[in-house]
Amino acid sequence: MKKNAVGGAIVLLLLGAAAYGALYVAPTERTMGTIQRIFYLHVSSAWTGLTAFFVCFVANLLYVWRRQPRWDWLGVSAAEVGLAFTTVVLVTGPIWAHPVWGMWWTWDARLTSTFVLWLLYVAYLVLRTLVEEPDRRALVSALFGIFAFIDVPLVFGSIRWWRTQHPQPVVMGGNGSGLDPTMWRVTLFFWLAMLALMTLLMRARYGMEAMRGDLEVVRREVEAA
Amino acid sequence: MKNLDSVFAAYLIGWAIFFAYYLTVARRTAALREDIDRLKNSMGRGK
Repeated sequence: MKKNAVGGAIVLLLLGAAAYGALYVAPTERTMGTIQRIFYLHVSSAWTGLTAFFVCFVANLLYVWRRQPRWDWLGVSAAEVGLAFTTVVLVTGPIWAHPVWGMWWTWDARLTSTFVLWLLYVAYLVLRTLVEEPDRRALVSALFGIFAFIDVPLVFGSIRWWRTQHPQPVVMGGNGSGLDPTMWRVTLFFWLAMLALMTLLMRARYGMEAMRGDLEVVRREVEAA
Repeated sequence: MKNLDSVFAAYLIGWAIFFAYYLTVARRTAALREDIDRLKNSMGRGK
């Protein structure tokens, strides 16, 4: 309990420092001005969401291979946390886009593939509620999770392979891409804070799923008695 | 400072989403803990 409180306090401090860096330390961008400060939250949430979906993908593969419940628990925890981060991406994006593009949303390759990614992981969670038997539920959702991950490279590549309204990448974007060194440091620190938040949320969610697993075992014992 | 309200709105909504998610996990965990305790108590009474 005390360990959790310390972990929570550290994450809160990191998030506070990251927000301070984004709002007061990072220089104001020349063309977009103040609104570009949304970048730090938006991009870090996107990278963290993709990281969580990667964890989910690995857990799904491990479940199919080993058939141990803990990989199923990790898979669902990572999917739910990834979904929370992707929701933040889909909400902050339009707030940034409206003053800059003059519209809230457009169906370009990056926005569409990100929205499809969000829908796929919602489907993953809905699917789990439709299968009663725990082993079958774990296997079906692991297979679906492996399929859903196919969209992650599409999201990554969409602004590299197609012409989009969404800006070109600042990382691994080829000639002309990149960031001011201070912006870069703030971005990396923000991402670190978001990874700490992801770990905290995933830990809490994993604990809950493990508890649900225990409950199912106890229920089966009661039914068998 | 043009668009400062949009920046604050984005950060506020972003943090609110994470906080709300954390609350749902905490609530669901508490409900599960109650279920486990109830089940254990009923098993104890049955013995």
